[in-house]
Amino acid sequence: MLYINCPHCGMRSQNEFSYGGDASVKRPQLNKEISDKDWDDFVYNRKSLRGKHLELWQHISGCRQWIKVERDTATHEIFRTFKADEEVA
Amino acid sequence: MQKYSIFNLVKNAFSNHENWDLAWKDPTPKEEYDVVIIGGGGHGLATAYYLAKEHNITKVAIIEKGWIGGGNVGRNTTIIRSNYMHDENGLFSEFGMDLWRRMSQDLNYNVMFSPRGIINLAHSDAQMNAYARRGNSMRLNGIDAVLLNREQVKEIIPMADFSDNVRFPIFGGLMQPSAGTARHDAVAWGYARQADSMGVDIIQNCEVIGFDVSAGKINGIRTSRGNIKAKKVGLCVAGSTNILAEKLNMTLPIETHLLQACVSEPIKPVLDNVVTFGAGHFYVSQSDKGEMVMGGDLDGYNSYAQRGNLPTLQHVLTEGIAMMPFLSKLKMLRTWGGIMDMSMDGSPIIDKTHIEGLYLNCGWCYGGFKATPASGWTFAHTIAQDRVHELNAGYSLNRFSTGHLIDEKGLGTKTWIS
Repeated sequence: MLYINCPHCGMRSQNEFSYGGDASVKRPQLNKEISDKDWDDFVYNRKSLRGKHLELWQHISGCRQWIKVERDTATHEIFRTFKADEEVA
Repeated sequence: MQKYSIFNLVKNAFSNHENWDLAWKDPTPKEEYDVVIIGGGGHGLATAYYLAKEHNITKVAIIEKGWIGGGNVGRNTTIIRSNYMHDENGLFSEFGMDLWRRMSQDLNYNVMFSPRGIINLAHSDAQMNAYARRGNSMRLNGIDAVLLNREQVKEIIPMADFSDNVRFPIFGGLMQPSAGTARHDAVAWGYARQADSMGVDIIQNCEVIGFDVSAGKINGIRTSRGNIKAKKVGLCVAGSTNILAEKLNMTLPIETHLLQACVSEPIKPVLDNVVTFGAGHFYVSQSDKGEMVMGGDLDGYNSYAQRGNLPTLQHVLTEGIAMMPFLSKLKMLRTWGGIMDMSMDGSPIIDKTHIEGLYLNCGWCYGGFKATPASGWTFAHTIAQDRVHELNAGYSLNRFSTGHLIDEKGLGTKTWIS
């Protein structure tokens, strides 16, 4: 069982969360010219890192907020969690 | 190579079975090969076998980080089927079914192929309609499909829950009678033994550290046991695809996820077929030893752990108990996990890449085991001829850019969509 420290609600079990994928992926800006390659990278292509991975989770059975989680994909250790709009250094 | 036969078995019995040849050798890497296959799993071993058998290319090495057959070919639920609606998947898998039927003879190795049939259960009228459509598509591609009503399903699997007050009543099902199971380890070992006998070097405990690429062309690989020159390199590394892609500066439409399976304690024969639950993601069959072999959804988040987490197992088995309540009485014997190369549309990739001489085989999602022979056969063709075969033309890498996705069931990386 993973335990995720929701920045809004505190420590909860993974059963309350839903996974949203790589949080480092940025949607291309809408008002600018976008190449097909940029769209492919945004929609489909992923690094899927082994090790520290910044990812989105939604506290679906709690506050329903999207959050960012820094987790190791090889050991499942969770290092830090952030609000969705927090910049991660 | 020593032939495996009843006569050799009797002959060797007189010497206490101490004089059997080794099934495959343990060579040191040579300086150069025509083709290097990275990954000594089912697909890599099959690729090497078909390179030698169909294309007469025997200066081939298989480079394996651990031991052969230690990844997903040793961790799956052994189901073999071709019950797909889309032409790309149906024709590819049905070609594979033909290879499965002949495999024990071809490899002189008993892979215990057991065409016991698979039944996908339907739990609504809408689902029956969808299954009728898929069944018709299958039959148009020459694949056997039978639409069963509730009574017919009850005759085959009376132990399923046919009572009136259930959340997901069984309306019927779609059966592919020629589908089945096989002994998964034997598939890896059979391919390894034959490939080895034709001159392929199987190099274990040898990790790929990097690639030697210049002017858009592959020249070789760097490994923990030294540099190896190669004219062509094929990647067959399933859950490690992204790790090697990073060394090649490639970003792929692949995420690595964790998939679990489990077996119960062995019981007397109760289930003749493979059965899947239609209102979720659960499947079950009974092994020759009597264990109920079960599996279902991904754990749901990126992982390289090769070991599972209990919430998903509980979710999957809850579906199993809803379908066949007697399962709740069984003790769990073993659970395990493997890491899957999940593609974004749920269909695989067998293709050339932008680097000359580098070929890619990945994206097998939930269905890598059954594809082993067809994947090896088409990948060998793609490498040997430097062009894709019509059977894997749809499994292109650029389909994500062109929009030609093969969206069989939408079962890619996002489990919550299905």
